[in-house]
Amino acid sequence: MSAKEIKNLEDIFEAKIARDEKIEPKDWMPEKYRKTHIRQISQHAHSEIVGMLPEGNWITRAPSLRRKVALLAKVQDEAGHGLYLYSACETLGISREELYEQLHSGKAKYSSIFNYPTLTWADIGAIGWLVDGAAIINQVPLCNTSFGPYARAMVRVCKEESFHQRQGYEIMMTLCNGTQEQKDMAQDALNRWWWPSLMMFGPTDDESTHTEQSMKWKLKRKTNDELRQQFIDQTVPQADILGLKVPDEDLKYNNETGHYDFGEIDWSEFWQVVKGHGKCNKERIKARKEAWHNGEWVREAAMAYADKQDKRTTKQTG
Amino acid sequence: MNNQNLTHYLYGLADNALILGQRLSELCGHGPTLETDIALTNIALDLLGQTRSYYQYIANLSHENLSEDDVAFLRKEHEYRNVLLVEQPNADFAYVITRQYFFDVFHFLMLEKLQNSKDLNLKAIAQKSIKEVSYHKRFSGDWLKRLGDGTELSQEKVQNAVNDLWVFTNELFETSKADQTVLKELQIESPETFKSDYYKIISSTLEEAKLNVPEVTYFQEGGKQGIHSEHMGYILADMQYMQRTYPDMKW
Ligand SMILES: [Fe+2]
Ligand SMILES: [Fe+2]
Repeated sequence: MSAKEIKNLEDIFEAKIARDEKIEPKDWMPEKYRKTHIRQISQHAHSEIVGMLPEGNWITRAPSLRRKVALLAKVQDEAGHGLYLYSACETLGISREELYEQLHSGKAKYSSIFNYPTLTWADIGAIGWLVDGAAIINQVPLCNTSFGPYARAMVRVCKEESFHQRQGYEIMMTLCNGTQEQKDMAQDALNRWWWPSLMMFGPTDDESTHTEQSMKWKLKRKTNDELRQQFIDQTVPQADILGLKVPDEDLKYNNETGHYDFGEIDWSEFWQVVKGHGKCNKERIKARKEAWHNGEWVREAAMAYADKQDKRTTKQTG
Repeated sequence: MNNQNLTHYLYGLADNALILGQRLSELCGHGPTLETDIALTNIALDLLGQTRSYYQYIANLSHENLSEDDVAFLRKEHEYRNVLLVEQPNADFAYVITRQYFFDVFHFLMLEKLQNSKDLNLKAIAQKSIKEVSYHKRFSGDWLKRLGDGTELSQEKVQNAVNDLWVFTNELFETSKADQTVLKELQIESPETFKSDYYKIISSTLEEAKLNVPEVTYFQEGGKQGIHSEHMGYILADMQYMQRTYPDMKW
């Protein structure tokens, strides 16, 4: 293809996005668009399935049958999110095996929040409230992103995430209306999950790369700092209702800006966890690898069986 | 109807669903594929839902203002009446599937009878559950065939699981004196009546799956009488942890 022809295709492509039309897998797209989307969607898919692990840690110990069933259903929803997202990613010409391989080798990233341990039952409440809450703020704009399969997956995902968030908040509310021990448990969970949740929006705007390109492709509509501010403004009043104290001495409502001012985020911790030095990085990847490797013979058996079945039907019909 | 007998009988039904649901929920996030992970979690969710219906019924029968959670979490090990089969560990996917299929076939046949019970609560639970269980049975049966008629390795693994778990099947049909009284009063056919059907179904699936029916002369039992395997204590240690550590709280 000549440079002129490519330029022409690019113009058509850009115009389509500018008109708010969706790019579909069969459409022509620049290689960079494809690569960026594989990276972002797979990272998102990996986050969903690695995210099953910290919460899965409490399913067998959930304090009541109602909570056990709700948590199990929630973690299962996350598996469903992973499934939609892997499928969306596969339309860009990469296989599930390759995607897993990238996760297992450490080439692909997932949200660092899942490298923190879940130590008490209140962590399950805090994760639903804060982590799913932050995920919604990150993801709602993606319902209108330019790549069709991703946008459609996000619409389904977001509905379920808001349900998770309400459920998490309700766990916190129950604890905060309970005994002193339960309130302490809730406060301790907030203390541990607050700052990592703020880090979920990524580095500050001046440190963050490829934002401009992402804005153009509608992979991003607001900057990291804007989204973080939105999360804080939304969440602090919810903590007040619970009667919990957000662990930030500098947190204060600013009458002039109409937003909360907040303290310095410890970015060295963020980068440590990204680099693999969080409390649970190793366990999380180990658990994923084990599931995949222990399942290998099962997947092979299913394929061998399907092959045999195919041959049997061809024999019958042929 | 004597409430004590009925409660005893209901534990026999409910505890199987609880302990198997608990076992399956250990696997959530660790399955061989996302699709099987989701399917096994569905089964766990159905079983735990059924458990809750039985326990709510038991709680209503009691005069002590019990809740479903008191019943689920605050008994001693010997008071649980689940069979040994459901407490067996998730050794590998072959064990999980075989345990499931051995239980599902029984569960389905049992619910068929329970649907005709004179007790309206039980009838309603059975009618709702049987739809779920017919799906469980299809899922586990299909996988048993895939594993048995898959690769050499999968066949070996699933045959091992079949051999090891077979000894726990007979206990499914065991009934205590109190169970028998309840079955009679509620006009529910005793499990003995469908035992030969059970083994016929299982044997024909094993044959289709290219697996051997084990020749076993001695079966294991005891769970229904409250004498469990060593696994049970650990299952309960996990399950009861919160209720035991923080007694009398709302969650
Ligand atoms: Fe999710
Ligand atoms: Fe979620």
